[in-house]
Amino acid sequence: MNVRSQISMLFHLDKCIGCHTCSIACKNIWTDRKGAEYMWWNNVETKPGTGYPTKWEDQSIYKGGWKKNNDEKLSLKSSGKLKGLTNIFHNPHLPLMEDYYEPWTYKYLDLIESPQQDDQPTARPISLVTGKPIDIKAGPNWDDDLSGTPEYARKDPNLENLSPAEQEAMFQLEKMAMFYLPRICNHCLNPACVASCPSGAIYKRGEDGIVLINQNVCRGWRMCVTACPYKKSYYNWHTGKSEKCVLCYPRLEAGYAPACMHSCVGRIRYLGVLLYDADKIEEAASAPEDQLIARHLDIILDPFDEEVIQKAKENGIADSTIKAAQNSPVYKFVKVWGMGLPLHPEFRTLPMLFYVPPLLPVMAMLSETDHKEQAGKLDPIAKFWERSTLYDTSIDSFWGTIDKARFPIKYMANLFGCGDEEIVKDVLKKQLAVRAHRRNTTVGDIKKEFSEKILNDVHLSAEIADDIYYLTSLAKFDDRFVIPPAHREEALEMIENTADTKGSTGFGFKETPARGL
Amino acid sequence: MTAYNNFFFIGLPYIAFVIFFVGSIYRYRSRKFTYSSLSSQFFETRKLYWGSLPFHWGIVFLFFGHLTAFSLPESVLLWNQHPARLAVLEISAFVFALLTLVGLSNLFYRRMTNPKVRIVTSTMDIILEILLLIQIILGLWVAYGYRWGSSWFSIILTPYLHSIFLFEPKADAVFALPLAIQLHIITGFLIIMIVPFTRLVHFLVYPLSYLWRPYQKVIWNWDRKKIRNASSPWTIFKPKNN
Repeated sequence: MNVRSQISMLFHLDKCIGCHTCSIACKNIWTDRKGAEYMWWNNVETKPGTGYPTKWEDQSIYKGGWKKNNDEKLSLKSSGKLKGLTNIFHNPHLPLMEDYYEPWTYKYLDLIESPQQDDQPTARPISLVTGKPIDIKAGPNWDDDLSGTPEYARKDPNLENLSPAEQEAMFQLEKMAMFYLPRICNHCLNPACVASCPSGAIYKRGEDGIVLINQNVCRGWRMCVTACPYKKSYYNWHTGKSEKCVLCYPRLEAGYAPACMHSCVGRIRYLGVLLYDADKIEEAASAPEDQLIARHLDIILDPFDEEVIQKAKENGIADSTIKAAQNSPVYKFVKVWGMGLPLHPEFRTLPMLFYVPPLLPVMAMLSETDHKEQAGKLDPIAKFWERSTLYDTSIDSFWGTIDKARFPIKYMANLFGCGDEEIVKDVLKKQLAVRAHRRNTTVGDIKKEFSEKILNDVHLSAEIADDIYYLTSLAKFDDRFVIPPAHREEALEMIENTADTKGSTGFGFKETPARGL
Repeated sequence: MTAYNNFFFIGLPYIAFVIFFVGSIYRYRSRKFTYSSLSSQFFETRKLYWGSLPFHWGIVFLFFGHLTAFSLPESVLLWNQHPARLAVLEISAFVFALLTLVGLSNLFYRRMTNPKVRIVTSTMDIILEILLLIQIILGLWVAYGYRWGSSWFSIILTPYLHSIFLFEPKADAVFALPLAIQLHIITGFLIIMIVPFTRLVHFLVYPLSYLWRPYQKVIWNWDRKKIRNASSPWTIFKPKNN
């Protein structure tokens, strides 16, 4: 057993309102530089939709991630040693700027400085690459809230093995649903970007598992951009280097939550330490597809286990980190409650960012109803919607709402379950059971026997359900972000003379990133 | 004439190599961030394919061809004893040179016409591409007009170059060479000289070590076995890895 610690994340999608505050917080801190304008280390996608870059999940286009060969060994889909070095003069699968979008600004000064004329002055969009006027063709969230549209939602790669009838049902105007998928770098255990980097510039930090690119070692061969199946490594066209999410490590080292998590309005984000067994990474990553998630969760260790603690200490993991692992909200969601699932585990990179699949677009069904009968139940002065359909969030036919979900479970399973619907259903049922339990406690219109039976069905006790409820709905800042205390003796920033980097271009940079050679 | 000859064929090589070595090492140590080629594939990929691939494979072959004639002249002469083998060598070299020319022309055209690629083009890129174009055209001219280069290179130029590297320069034979060959030699030294000031440095850091390193890379900023051991002395030096 080789115990290592990893700063891990969990996003509770049922709470995401798609406000993009996380993206803006990240952009303002990290990617508002020349060459990085188009990068969104954190972005929020509407699902179903094509995402950013367009159709990033379709690995027949982008060739990201690992593939399993006939001899049960893993190899990179796109590069690897020989292929990487021979493709070095031209990377055939590199996403281009047009796959993301061309960044722009507006000539605001024209609004003020234009001479008097017959027409209103306008602020024309100007390309941030060439400085010339452009016609905007796409933006970072071009498919935002556009579920059902032929150009975006229907080209979602996750619809692949849904029957045409199922797809049609999904996109009928009255039944249309969508949810938001915020994405950052997954800080994988088996990162394809690290493996594909010819220069060896990308590495995983041993202390906390953050995957970083050493900008001085990176030579801009761009293999990581192709190899990352989540397209979370970006090429900076101005500096000629690749950049990616750094999980705000300078903030983490100072005890702050990463900017995207700190600013999250829906409070969907959780961050905490997971201890894992590094010896089992290869085995888990090359597991058969139907066992991938189970084996992935298997390498996460129990931080209360005496043997694990002993081995962790031998590997130099601080007591405070072990304590943080014990209090980790991510550990609770992922391991104790079994509610966190990795995004696209079939890419085999063992992502360490977990998602709680959203319940609402699944559960809320539209059913035929008599609106007069509905109106009769309401207060006489209450307004009601005169329609013959009802947005039914009741829990009368309990598990039936999941089996007859208006949002095909198969779609969710393609995202979070390697195609296995049962895994996703299990998590959704747990969420539903917690709701029933809380409705019994607070409203009381559900009988105790009923809610207990439902909890029993999903193997949860009332106490655990209350814990889940607390961490889902009430959790305070310190419950959501359990950051191990800064280890002064380990932190990078703390041993460097801050005066050296003050006023320069960023962490670790003491020279301007201008090229000119 | 002797002054000119001495400058171009004895002075210039030394200047070129000193600038090459000192400049490349200095830039690696002081401005490591810039030690790469600035890729423009992100903006345009199809034309790059028809430029970058033929250019690079062509120039790699030519580079190693020149290197072989420089380091193993006897073997080249031995190989060339048979006319058929000489023809194979000369024709394949010529084909690779044509490939380089086609590739470089495509790259040059692409760089000049694509507005986004123009944005990431520096003056030095243009100077370098023009120098390389001149060099490859001169090389083709020499190969076509003064046959058979692989043989007379080994007899005339290899001793000259060896004499340069042994610090006993003997350039008399070069003084007598035709102008085209002399220009090819001068441009060659010029290109070597400007390597540290151009994107050419990227060939010095071709990532061969990728072949033998393990795929995954984990770095501890501190020695994890020692850091929590109170008896180990404190040091300001970070370990490289462990």
